[in-house]
Amino acid sequence: MKQKEVQNYGMYMEATLQSLAMLNPAKLYRNPVMFIVEIGSILTTSMAIYSVMTHSGGTAFGAMISIWLWLTIGFANFAESLAELRGKAQASSLRSTRAETTARLVTPVGFSHVSGSELKKKDQFVVEAGEIIPTDGEILEGVASIDESAITGESAPVIRESGGDRSGVTGGTRVLAGSLRVSVSNNPGETFLDRMISLVEGANRQKSPNEIALTILLVGLTLIFLFVVAAIPAFSSYSGIKSSPTILIALLVCLIPTTIAGLLPAIGIAGIDRAFRANVIAKSGKAVEVAGDIDILLLDKTGTITFGNRQAVQFIPVAGVSEKEVARESYFASLSDETPEGKSIVLLAAPMLTLKTPPGGLVPIPFTPETRMSGADSVEGEIRKGAEDAVSAYAGSPFSSDIKEIISTIAKSGGTPLVVAKNKKPLGVIHLKDIIKPGLKERFARLRKMGVTTVMVTGDNPLTARAIAEEAGLDDFFAQAKPEDKMALIKKEQEKGRLVAMTGDGTNDAPSLAQADVALAMNSGTQAAKEAGNMVDLDSDPTKIIEVVEIGKQLLITRGALTTFSIANDVAKYFAILPAMFVVAYPQLKVLNIMGLATPESAVTSAIIFNALIIPALIPLALKGVSYRPVGASALLRRNLLIYGLGGILVPFVGIKLIDMALVLLHFT
Amino acid sequence: MIANDWIQIFFSLTMVVLISPLVGRYLAWIYQSHHLSLERTVYRLLNVDPEKEMTWKEYGGAIVVSNGLFFVAGFLVLWAQAILPLNPRHLSPLTAEVAFNTAASFVTNTNWQAYAGEAQLSNFSQMVAITFLMFVGANTGIAALVAIFRGFTRSGSATLGNYWSDFFRFLIRAFLPACFLMALVHVWQGSPQTFQTAVSSKTLEGASQTLIVGPVASLESVKNLGTNGGGFYNANGAHPYENPTPLTNTLEFLEMGVFTFSLPFFFGRMIGRPRQGQVLFIVIFSLYLAGLGVIEYSEKMPNPLLAHAAIEQQATPFQDGGNTEGKEVRLGITQTSLFSNTTIAATTGAVDGAMDSMNPLSVLVYLVHMFLNEEPGGKGVGFAGLLKEAILAVFLAGLMVGRTPEFLGKKIESREIKLSALSLLVTPLLVLGLTALSVVIPAGKSSMDNPGPHGFMEVLYAFASGNANNGSAMAGLNVSTPYYAILIGVEMILSRFLPLLPLLAMAGALAKKKTLPETSGTFKTDTSLFVVLLLGFMILFAALTFLPPLILGPLLEHLSILHGVSF
Repeated sequence: MKQKEVQNYGMYMEATLQSLAMLNPAKLYRNPVMFIVEIGSILTTSMAIYSVMTHSGGTAFGAMISIWLWLTIGFANFAESLAELRGKAQASSLRSTRAETTARLVTPVGFSHVSGSELKKKDQFVVEAGEIIPTDGEILEGVASIDESAITGESAPVIRESGGDRSGVTGGTRVLAGSLRVSVSNNPGETFLDRMISLVEGANRQKSPNEIALTILLVGLTLIFLFVVAAIPAFSSYSGIKSSPTILIALLVCLIPTTIAGLLPAIGIAGIDRAFRANVIAKSGKAVEVAGDIDILLLDKTGTITFGNRQAVQFIPVAGVSEKEVARESYFASLSDETPEGKSIVLLAAPMLTLKTPPGGLVPIPFTPETRMSGADSVEGEIRKGAEDAVSAYAGSPFSSDIKEIISTIAKSGGTPLVVAKNKKPLGVIHLKDIIKPGLKERFARLRKMGVTTVMVTGDNPLTARAIAEEAGLDDFFAQAKPEDKMALIKKEQEKGRLVAMTGDGTNDAPSLAQADVALAMNSGTQAAKEAGNMVDLDSDPTKIIEVVEIGKQLLITRGALTTFSIANDVAKYFAILPAMFVVAYPQLKVLNIMGLATPESAVTSAIIFNALIIPALIPLALKGVSYRPVGASALLRRNLLIYGLGGILVPFVGIKLIDMALVLLHFT
Repeated sequence: MIANDWIQIFFSLTMVVLISPLVGRYLAWIYQSHHLSLERTVYRLLNVDPEKEMTWKEYGGAIVVSNGLFFVAGFLVLWAQAILPLNPRHLSPLTAEVAFNTAASFVTNTNWQAYAGEAQLSNFSQMVAITFLMFVGANTGIAALVAIFRGFTRSGSATLGNYWSDFFRFLIRAFLPACFLMALVHVWQGSPQTFQTAVSSKTLEGASQTLIVGPVASLESVKNLGTNGGGFYNANGAHPYENPTPLTNTLEFLEMGVFTFSLPFFFGRMIGRPRQGQVLFIVIFSLYLAGLGVIEYSEKMPNPLLAHAAIEQQATPFQDGGNTEGKEVRLGITQTSLFSNTTIAATTGAVDGAMDSMNPLSVLVYLVHMFLNEEPGGKGVGFAGLLKEAILAVFLAGLMVGRTPEFLGKKIESREIKLSALSLLVTPLLVLGLTALSVVIPAGKSSMDNPGPHGFMEVLYAFASGNANNGSAMAGLNVSTPYYAILIGVEMILSRFLPLLPLLAMAGALAKKKTLPETSGTFKTDTSLFVVLLLGFMILFAALTFLPPLILGPLLEHLSILHGVSF
């Protein structure tokens, strides 16, 4: 805790220094609104200095306004720097894990030891138990158990092997057992982490499409307020009012949307950073933003919705046989069965048996493609379990109607029936079931409220698919799907104008990942998949996509909320500054000073102080993001309009009045 | 207010609410059905292919070129009036700058009049220049609006329809028949319709009087139905030949409202979402009602400055209570309030009383109506402006539901925002800029007959009126000087086409986009929440842009009157 405080303190110092460097107009022009504030600050400062030199009075007021104008820019820069530093800190803490490792580079004559950071794309290295993998790559040869906790925080080791869809390794993880030959997938400085870091750094940061649209609107508003303020001297001169350039600049700065312009870069960076904190590396800011727009989410059944394997949930006996008997025979038939299904049968049956001593001469009969059954032989005879048609062939006679009914009930419910027979006589059926990961139903309901349709893609038959889709609470399913069908499905939906998200890890997922609008690749997946996706999940958790969607939405909401707040604030600032400008010449306008601000100077100063202070006050919100609730668009909008729209109108009235009272107390008027 | 006032208001507004949806439905039919044989004949005669689809650039080009030709024709007629027929009074031609101003004014549907109708124009000019431009100006607006609608109705299309087809459909099936019918009604109620120019009569005192007549009834119907507003007579709707009876006053009120208030319903039908049309109508109508409320309140208010003069300002059985200055006694305050609120909201510019004599709070309402210019606004372009505001409001608020904002199934992205913002800039730039210029330079100040906030308000009103294609004026400002004639002429042209072309371009971009299916994450725009949002956005935005001049103009005058200060 202490250390974190020190760390934060250091970050604040660095952000402060960085924000001073960002005052350089050559850098600030990227933010047009703040650039205008800077021009205004230079003007008011010059005027204040001039008034000192000529003793023409009003210096204190001019200096006060100038200081707060500079602070306004400073606060905005600080927001951006802080977001940037937080992102960088997060990224470099990961990068540090791989800093100094030695790699054994495969050369034509054997191995040479080089530094991990010197490995180039296509280089091959070998790594053995106990060693740290020097950089990202794809396994060419071997199988290993790897501890990825450095990256994912998950302590259970994972298996990575060549050939399959789990062939990707990440730099900084440790091999626990086995040895690997790995092909390097990126040149130094081009790994996902490096890209991530450059995403949050100012220099390389590209504005996302929505950010560009919003910036255009902010520039448009700024131009309009420029016209408004530019016309006032003429209006005033006609009305016999002397206008003060300092007050005009103060009014301009108050009106143009400085709050959102100051926080906009920070909001974008924070969005990428939030994805990062969820262990998702986005390849672009756009990817995170688009995630919020997703209409359809394609989810693989196996591994995403269900655990990879089916489990036994029930023993159903035929007439004249007890459940316990079916359990007993199933238990012995599966004792040596190493498949997950077999293990689950043993687990389910064990508590039901009183006596677990196996009958004499128990010999396991393994599964063969020919018989498509497994089981055991013993002194009691043969026990076999298998699919309906296989066991029926083994029994040599068609099943009775009651067993057929049991089988069809199980199939209709989405389960897999496994018939158990002893000495060619069917005893009953084991109900194997896909187990849906806990908590998914709630997450899908949440997605539905967000307007995202969830579609399950599976190779299963439609009957099973429907049952699982219903149980998991999915909106739709696509059964008997081949890998190429997924691509066709994505294209079809995109044609209708929908945005499609998917997750994937295999090489055969790569084309679909490239086609999808948001593609979350698993870090454990193949290099091809990781290249094709626009995000990589370090935890390799397919359901993580749901979090990404929420992060995307939160990003857009935060932008919209702070823009609305920023513009709504203008009302109160008008009511502070306009009476201050006109009331000396026309006392009848006093009624417009509804806040009852003390003097024209205090009114203008309070407005400009409020305008500056609101930026740091909102930094936490910009970084954390406005909370997202999946309650449907209208309810969400009503809520946010009330808080940021109506609140945006009311808050500054209170704020400016309080600042004015403080100024009076401090005799600053 | 007395019961009679309520009855008048209730009756008039009920008529609008009942008729507009029907007209909107009829307009949608016009644009969703096949060509009529009469239309085919017209296309053959003009050698245009009504099936040829136009991109936004071609459509915009057709608007600009055709309106350019209309403008030149109108200018030449006014400028060469002396040598043209039907000029028995031998009226001299308009000066070049006033002819320019007038041609610009009528081709843009503004009908700002820097001339005095009966005193300066021959019947030929009234018919060929004025009435002709009144038709084409209004028709162009409707055609452009239909093209903009197609931005929403089409999906994946590069084109927005055919300008000529859109132009003639409205003209032949709605505009001409309605104008013809109403012209007969105006004749029946007593408006002249003749090629004669003057009749003589004896007054009660026995003096002889020359009354100017002409094709008044026909001009009157298109003046109001086309939200044009330029009167045959300088006194406009206050002249007994233009607006002879309380019935014509109500009919003219309806004429102004009928096409404009039907546009939201028309839109709803065109995009296949009638509810959306109703919701937009509610937005427009709420602003209209709020304006009417303030005007009626302000005009019924006794003027404190006249309190110690021995003037009866309370309502009596023989007079309306309140500000009767500048109003026709035969029409009364409520009819004038209704008429003026409608003429400004629908940017017609016809008047049946002196705008310069209205109380400052009423002028405040007129100014706000003109700044908004979209409730319902002029023929077509006003409603297009409302769609632009809706897009901007949806963009801002839409972000708050956590999706890239969509309006009617179309994604709102940078191009749409760029073009809407461009369109949005025009009004503040022209109105604030030209007013600021005119209140300080001698050429502008020398035309001002009134000092203080009232004089300021008159200049502001002139440029707001020119910008909103409204055309009504506060008479205290002499606008027939070359300075104002040219400046307002240029302003009218710029403020007609500068906001319109970006909106056409935006429609072009929207038509190309796919129409997205609605999900529960989509922000629905046919709800009461949207009404509140759009109203809030429009009011907030207009207030932020125009508060300084509104304070120094009408608000200052209003508060000064309350404080007994005069200038």
